[in-house]
Amino acid sequence: MQPKSVAVVGAAETTRLGKIPDVSVIGLHADAALNAMKDAGLKPSDIDGVATAGISPVELAHYLGITPTYADGTSVGGCSFMLHVRHAAAAINAGLCKTVLITHGESGRSRVGAGGFGRAPSSLMGQFEMPYGVTSPPTMFTIPVLRYMKTHGVTEEDLATVAVIQREWAARNPRASFKDPITVDDVLNSPMIAWPFRMLMCCLVTDGGGALILTSAERAKDFPQKPVYILGTGESVETPMVSQMEDFNSSKAFRVSGKKAFDEAGIQHADVDHLMIYDAFAHLPLYGLEDLGFVKPGEAKDFIRERNTAIGGKLPMNTNGGGLSYMHSGMYGMYALQESVRQMRGTAAAQVEGAKISVSHGVGGMFAASGTVIFTNEK
Amino acid sequence: MARLLPEPTPETRHFWEGCRDGELRLQRCTDCTHSYFPPRAFCPKCGSRDVEIYAASGKATLYSYVINHRPRPDMGTEPHSIAVVELAEGPRMMTNIVGCPQTPEALILDMPVQVRFDKQTDDISLPLFEPAKG
Ligand SMILES: [Zn+2]
Repeated sequence: MQPKSVAVVGAAETTRLGKIPDVSVIGLHADAALNAMKDAGLKPSDIDGVATAGISPVELAHYLGITPTYADGTSVGGCSFMLHVRHAAAAINAGLCKTVLITHGESGRSRVGAGGFGRAPSSLMGQFEMPYGVTSPPTMFTIPVLRYMKTHGVTEEDLATVAVIQREWAARNPRASFKDPITVDDVLNSPMIAWPFRMLMCCLVTDGGGALILTSAERAKDFPQKPVYILGTGESVETPMVSQMEDFNSSKAFRVSGKKAFDEAGIQHADVDHLMIYDAFAHLPLYGLEDLGFVKPGEAKDFIRERNTAIGGKLPMNTNGGGLSYMHSGMYGMYALQESVRQMRGTAAAQVEGAKISVSHGVGGMFAASGTVIFTNEK
Repeated sequence: MARLLPEPTPETRHFWEGCRDGELRLQRCTDCTHSYFPPRAFCPKCGSRDVEIYAASGKATLYSYVINHRPRPDMGTEPHSIAVVELAEGPRMMTNIVGCPQTPEALILDMPVQVRFDKQTDDISLPLFEPAKG
């Protein structure tokens, strides 16, 4: 992708976040889409490209009355929206369409119009993981962590510190689900979910959605909002089974996706002013900081404990409070992107003053997939 | 409640028949010698279709795990391990560590474990692992 050739011109979350028992999954997609179109000053007839995950782009297009010349149904879990941004940028560059709407909506908590979680017993996961009692992300995403902790001397306190610092950010976000301060002891005394993971090291389960609208940088000048340019993008996938990850100390998908995005953007890590790392669980920011190359393997725990990612630190991270405190519907990647866009527009609740480059890094499945988008507000 | 069980496919049937018969069957590439899991009809390292099935030793070490404190309804009510072991032949697989307390003190990373087949039905036995004896 040509850096800065495509921009975000519309961005919004659902009107409400949290518990929304009166709206179905597709209704959440539509609410977010309508909010993003309003933000961009567009109508459905102005959109000629659609991308979504969870539901099909066919459902989305028809529901909103859009007749697209571009449809992307890439569905690789919570980072799907990072991949949608990447593919949309390429599609706009290639002339497949002019204006792409990317939506997310999920009734994670209320389960209104939502499908079940599970795998066919004949799938690889059904044959070689499900029989051993894995339930949902808390018993799958967490599987590699004891190995990582042994390799690098990471403690339960280190995991707890991730949650504590993110709660500090959440306190500055009126829309965050959890805003009350917590301590390391609070985290370590919260109910055990799957040792070594306690409840406060695990993400929320909420309802909500978000949408983005992308167009060419040329056209972006004529929109009401300050354009947020796509500077670089990356994606990769590794394995549908967490037990088959090549290295339990590091995600190959993270490394490949991150490197691709940084290479494309042509920036150094020191250039990054703001960072979002998808945090379904407290270990993900540790893996992310290392696999994206912000710190060396094993250094992330100290980097976080020394408050580099906290308020006032040199690399503000997960400034909305993250999946641990802001919201997590199931496929959180959209909310990381939304916060990056807000930071680049200068409208975030916990605004990082003068931020010019933001990195939004997502995970899909249980370290199965990854997508990275680097934004800038400078043309 | 009956435990969730695998449904073998043509590509994996040899593995589950092996478990039923008390043998942990892996596959290896006859071109590049790579041993791999889960089962498939070709080598994931070099793409060769020239692969063979062989009986693994059943020896492994404990690579990583969690102790699930909220067991799935078919897994009983007590906290239990969900583990990944590294087989002596190289591949890793998910399993449960059984035959010892389900505590961090008893489940030490890198400890030697050995396979034990847990009969579920006439067709399906699950390969579980227990601390190695002696
Ligand atoms: Zn081979």
